[in-house]
Amino acid sequence: MSTTAIADTGHHNAAGEHGHGDHHHPELGFLQRWVFSTDHKVIGLQYAVTGLSFLFFGFLLMLVMRWQLASPGQPVPVVGAFLRSVFGQTVMTDAGALTAAGYNVFGAMHGTIMVFFGIVPVAVAGFGNFVVPLQIGAPDMAFPKLNMASFWCFFTSCVIMTGSFFVPGSAAKSGWTAYPPLAGIADLEGGNLWLNGQTIWLIAMVFNITGSLLGSINFITTIIQLRAPGLTWMRLPFFVWAQFVTAFLLVLAFPPLEAAGFMQLTDRVLGTSFFMPTGLMVGQSVAQTWSGGGSPILWQHLFWFLAHPEVYVLILPAIGIVSEVVANNTRKPLHGYKAMVYSVFVLGFLSFIVWAHHMYMTGMGAKVAAFFQVTTIMISVPSVILLTSLLMSLWGGSIRFNTPMLFATAFLPMFGLGGLTGIPLAFNAVDLFLHDTYYVIGHFHYVVAPGTIFGLFAGVYFWYPKVTGRKMSEFLGRVHFWGSLITINGVFFPMFLQGMAGVHRRWYDGGVTYEQLAGPVLHWNKVMTVSAGLLALFQLVFIWNFFTSWKLGQKVGRNPWDATTLDWDTPTPPPHGNFDKPLMVYRGPYEYSVPGHPTDFIPQTEKV
Amino acid sequence: MSNLISKYLPLFTDKEVPYTVQARPDTGLYSAKLGIWLFLASEVMLFGGLFSAYIFLRIGAEPGYWPSGLLNVPVGTMNTAILIISSVTVVFAWAALKMRQLGKYRLYMLITILCGAIFLTVKLSYEWPAKFNHFGAFIKKESASKYEAFLGNKHLEATGQSPRWEITGHLLDAPKGSSYAHQAERNAEHFAHETGRHDAVTPAEDDYVIQVDAVNANPSDKDNDRPHFWPRETSTTLAVISAKDVESASVFAPRHSTYFATYFLITGLHGLHVLGGILVFLYLWLPFPGGTGLYKTNPEHLANRVEIAGLFWHFVDLVWIFVFPIFYLL
Repeated sequence: MSTTAIADTGHHNAAGEHGHGDHHHPELGFLQRWVFSTDHKVIGLQYAVTGLSFLFFGFLLMLVMRWQLASPGQPVPVVGAFLRSVFGQTVMTDAGALTAAGYNVFGAMHGTIMVFFGIVPVAVAGFGNFVVPLQIGAPDMAFPKLNMASFWCFFTSCVIMTGSFFVPGSAAKSGWTAYPPLAGIADLEGGNLWLNGQTIWLIAMVFNITGSLLGSINFITTIIQLRAPGLTWMRLPFFVWAQFVTAFLLVLAFPPLEAAGFMQLTDRVLGTSFFMPTGLMVGQSVAQTWSGGGSPILWQHLFWFLAHPEVYVLILPAIGIVSEVVANNTRKPLHGYKAMVYSVFVLGFLSFIVWAHHMYMTGMGAKVAAFFQVTTIMISVPSVILLTSLLMSLWGGSIRFNTPMLFATAFLPMFGLGGLTGIPLAFNAVDLFLHDTYYVIGHFHYVVAPGTIFGLFAGVYFWYPKVTGRKMSEFLGRVHFWGSLITINGVFFPMFLQGMAGVHRRWYDGGVTYEQLAGPVLHWNKVMTVSAGLLALFQLVFIWNFFTSWKLGQKVGRNPWDATTLDWDTPTPPPHGNFDKPLMVYRGPYEYSVPGHPTDFIPQTEKV
Repeated sequence: MSNLISKYLPLFTDKEVPYTVQARPDTGLYSAKLGIWLFLASEVMLFGGLFSAYIFLRIGAEPGYWPSGLLNVPVGTMNTAILIISSVTVVFAWAALKMRQLGKYRLYMLITILCGAIFLTVKLSYEWPAKFNHFGAFIKKESASKYEAFLGNKHLEATGQSPRWEITGHLLDAPKGSSYAHQAERNAEHFAHETGRHDAVTPAEDDYVIQVDAVNANPSDKDNDRPHFWPRETSTTLAVISAKDVESASVFAPRHSTYFATYFLITGLHGLHVLGGILVFLYLWLPFPGGTGLYKTNPEHLANRVEIAGLFWHFVDLVWIFVFPIFYLL
């Protein structure tokens, strides 16, 4: 078999390039084809499936939290005993109710999992890996082996993070934000410096960040180097632009968090004091001592320097997906494509200079606060340009309300609500009242849940036929859509009411202790919990649809949506190397309803 | 090993992706070059984050708690020169490859690898162990007057300098139960052997005995106010410090202070990058199919790989150019 491999290398000429049809690979086994593949489509699906699983897991964690908020101290119905046996006594009481520590574990892990193990792998790595090379007419990513390495680095982080639930003291419980000094001392009472939730969280994050960095380098290089002949920059589908900027955000913003992660790790295991201030008094004995001299604010700066660009990483791929779906289903070009391209770059740039709006309560002084307030307000401008362009793209369109379009259309007002509720938070004077309240939770969940996740659903329904050759059920899709839209608003809208009344984040008793302050709005807890439960049921519809359509869905050809972009010009499913003909691009990405043309769409490869 | 690789990853030699060796005409780059520059951008942010932490912590440090002059400058200078030389030789190696001079390529690559190895050896077998064998005790502010002979705060105040709260040197006797007992014993024996004195170990069980550094032996001497290029020998003066006067005490390890925490983290991470670079160079130098083995079939591809690795190496060198003045000279 080694001779076969050598014979293969003999095929390749010194220049290293040749046509797609004229070489053959040895027959690949299951492992090489589906597990250790270097094909971007397989890797994209690996990321997507892993990410979707974690999204669901994070959702389940939140459901238990919501039960606790609506019925504080009550055992979780039906699955209480099961949860107790899985998560152990730190997290659940013997009766099957969530403990305070358990609430903190689920809260911290819900955030971490949804952001780093759910949305980013699905939106950036999953959709990005599968769709971007297709949309730019490339045979694969620029660095296929690096792509595979990135996935396995990410998968390692998944294993480690999941494993953190099963160490003594359970998983990290200091918030997804992991603020020291709490995160510096957390989980060290057990005596083991390494085998505890927070330490393992840090190690998992290092792997996750490394995988992300390697992946982003791949994306940027691919988009720059591997565009098909004729595919100039301004002929790129907007999804590619969105992924391009997202990759830059990841490459530049993640490393400071990796550095901070190392620092917190050494604080915990080596007793350094990067973040541990002098004179800290700890209320219980922990298995570590510190010299002091460190700064908790340093962590906040390093963390938010990443975490703010991170939120744009969460939204941009979804905006990209929505752009594709909207252009396709309105049968007209995107309105303001050029403005959108410039806006996404300005957004990317500005996202690096707004981070301290997460830190208004740290005593930064008026001048510094003024700087961040100004930049934060400025960043709403490109966001609004993007949203307005999408809204105006609907005007005068011949709209087809299939399931992807339903989700894409709903994304617009939902993202709008999320964005608008962010404006008050930009001002430190208002933030004084809203910081760490449910208002903030409502704001950012509107952007990621009925925002990004709806965008991702649109993408799944849209590209499913390209992956499988079958459409998902329209009927089930509509049930999923309407059910999710209504219940998701039921979960998140009351949060604004609670937040403005002063209900705080991370209170595990649902606000009962602060009855005097929050009494009038606490009943919404029950509404939100019931909505969350119903939301879960509607996701089951989606999961059923997803799996059964693979075998039972309506069979379609290579371009079921009559789309113009290159990804619909490949056979279904796209083979290794993607395209069955040499590519030359003559047109822009959204030539729909061109006057005088017999069909209402013109593929990018059609000669002028 | 390469058998395993070719069995499980036949796409290792996947050449479908264009511009892996030839440059793309409009960008003028082959893909890996763009990739490595992007990677270096992320590394700039990584080390930038660490250096920002250094700045933040140094500015915020209470006077007297941020030491200087504790690192061996001549050794650091030599290491700097070694890395710079290796950066030059890697370029010579790449140039030799471009000119298809295999012998010269192997020679210069070997020198590069050896320089990197010497750098790491000096760091790991001399510099760091020397730190771990050096001890510092921070005196509580309220007890500092008792140890004025070693701290010299009157002189420092009179000359407008930051106070001194730490007594450093070799630990000769540690309180009972201290984790440094073993080290103290060794040092005490060595001290007795060197000086013939046996007053290092005191009968009291709760004190530190430190063979102090020159600066603590004569803290009011004006000569000790300025940095010195050549490291000075530890004095033979002993300081006996009661454990209750000590705020914190440890060897010069990451836990000692934010100064050493930053020093070890940055030089440690840098060292890992040096090691990574060495391993890549080794792979390209040894006759692996992806290394020198590639010379016969595709020398341009090998030259590109050496160029990429060289770029990474230059970055690693650049980081050191920042590390050296910041930690050793300032």
